[in-house]
Amino acid sequence: MQYGLTDEQEMIAATVRAFVEKEIYPHEALVERTGEVPQEIAEEIKRKTIELGFYACNFPESVGCAGLCHLDFALVERELGRGSMALNHFFGRPQNILMACEGDQVDRYLMPAVRGERMDALAMTEPGAGSDVRGMTCSAKRDRGDWVMNGSKHFISGADHADFVIVFIATGEDMTDKGPKKRITAFLVDRGTPGFTIRDGYRSVSHRGYKNMILEFDDCRLPDAQVLGAVDGGFEVMNTWLYATRITVATMSVGRARRVFDHALGYAAEREQFGQKIGKFQGVSFQLADMITEIDAADLLTLAAANRLDQGLPANREIASAKLYASEMLARVTDAAIQIHGGMGLMDDFPMERFWRDARVERIWDGTSEIQRHIISRDLLRPLGA
Amino acid sequence: MKVLVPVKRVIDYNVKVRVKADGSGVDLANVKMSMNPFDEIAVEEAIRLKEAGKAEEIVAVSIGVKQAQETLRTALAMGADRAILVIAADDVHQDIEPLAVAKILAKVVEEEQPGLVLAGKQAIDNDMNATGQMLSALLGWSQGTFASELDIDGDHAKVTREVDGGLQTIKVKMPAIVTVDLRLNEPRYASLPNIMKAKKKPLDEKTAADYGVDVTPRLEIVKTAEPEARAAGEMVPDVDTLVAKLKEKGVV
Repeated sequence: MQYGLTDEQEMIAATVRAFVEKEIYPHEALVERTGEVPQEIAEEIKRKTIELGFYACNFPESVGCAGLCHLDFALVERELGRGSMALNHFFGRPQNILMACEGDQVDRYLMPAVRGERMDALAMTEPGAGSDVRGMTCSAKRDRGDWVMNGSKHFISGADHADFVIVFIATGEDMTDKGPKKRITAFLVDRGTPGFTIRDGYRSVSHRGYKNMILEFDDCRLPDAQVLGAVDGGFEVMNTWLYATRITVATMSVGRARRVFDHALGYAAEREQFGQKIGKFQGVSFQLADMITEIDAADLLTLAAANRLDQGLPANREIASAKLYASEMLARVTDAAIQIHGGMGLMDDFPMERFWRDARVERIWDGTSEIQRHIISRDLLRPLGA
Repeated sequence: MKVLVPVKRVIDYNVKVRVKADGSGVDLANVKMSMNPFDEIAVEEAIRLKEAGKAEEIVAVSIGVKQAQETLRTALAMGADRAILVIAADDVHQDIEPLAVAKILAKVVEEEQPGLVLAGKQAIDNDMNATGQMLSALLGWSQGTFASELDIDGDHAKVTREVDGGLQTIKVKMPAIVTVDLRLNEPRYASLPNIMKAKKKPLDEKTAADYGVDVTPRLEIVKTAEPEARAAGEMVPDVDTLVAKLKEKGVV
């Protein structure tokens, strides 16, 4: 890996950071209080992002986008991570899985998504199928040449604003030595399709306003044209494209940790107790030292994983390590930041309690810490036959 | 018309400034540096003139240490067409005084023949507020300082200036030097395509010696000190107490 960022990379990071500070921060308190992003604010963020050429910058130049490499895009997401997820959802970064679109799907889904005309969401999780994706019961069956879907999905982020959803659904079952194994297919499902309902999910402590929705399929009929990738090829599509969401969690954790750290550092340098700045007490200063060391470590780990993707090197374990370490680092950093703020850290007059709540989900979604440890250790042990 | 925009690399406005232990100046080692915010406004105004078809080319120029290259890249990413870096110091702590900067700029103007120089009214580090005026004197050009509005019409420019107690509008003959104030515009973010293009835009490197300008400081810094800390405030229960306290202090 080469160390150091280029001038352009520094500028990309600085621009996104300035954007987040000026266009996202001012609306955060409102979103936190109401749990909603007002439509006009959403539209404004989207419009400005498009004007700046940053909308869908994770997509290649062949579809009219910026074609940022993984490392550059990691910098974009790291800086976005400083701000509210509910709001920066409109700094659009469609699922790169849409590159699997074929034929007229390109004009119906891919192009409108990267132009900001239609928003997407991704649906995999079910009440009975979290980490165990193959445990899904949501299914689609053949009927007179169509697919008929039944079942439900939950925890579907962004589905409240989605014009269509990429849904992973069981389309059959194979018998293997280890028992039955589901075959999975990805479908493009438009909002408004008969038999398809999107409704409010649960109220989460993390990321207010970035809603988790429930999707229900009740004899929802879809033609073959809605299949993304190959029939029964859902896992291939997933493996080809979905690594990206784990890097997103890692980079955003780093960005948020830096914002939290700045609060803690500033407070330690100003707050006085026993006649001196609390930062003068080793109990506080050493915590700050540990915090910044961990943040830098997570930052480098994440950028190194992204860089491996750019170099075409295997990166599965490195991405898992970055996701694991960065999300757990964020938990420790937000906890320590609250400790430094004392009682005021828990009051909702300060954003500290929000950062602390928001941090909790990072260790759960897009593969829990336990799943990441499983991926990492399997990657190490499997070649040894263990 | 060609527009020349001088930009200065200064300590970022968000950084809490620290005075060096020996009082010789402000500590600039390892602190974040950015483009002087007033200069950003000048770059933005130049881009708007170009978008309005009143300017054809924008040339950004920076005088200082080699690292000022980053500042110029920012100007290029915002929309300047090319840049000139004049290296006049090796040490980041060496500030080039306004007269030396103005002399170098006068030479650059001679070479480039711009129809307008758009500069920040002052840099936020030293607050000298002198370079634009000195340049105007050296070139014998008209000047409009503290511009909050700029309207170019052929061989004249109408400059609205923020002065004590209100706005003053003057008409100046082109070519002119206009220094810009805070309310002239709100600078844009660099767009992603422009960031990517910035590297490919030409950036010429020169030195102060190339222009035959002696940048040796004429001023001696006697002492730099932190401003006195403000005394803590006091909470009062109601308006009556507030008024009483103010009267006691002789403020009202």
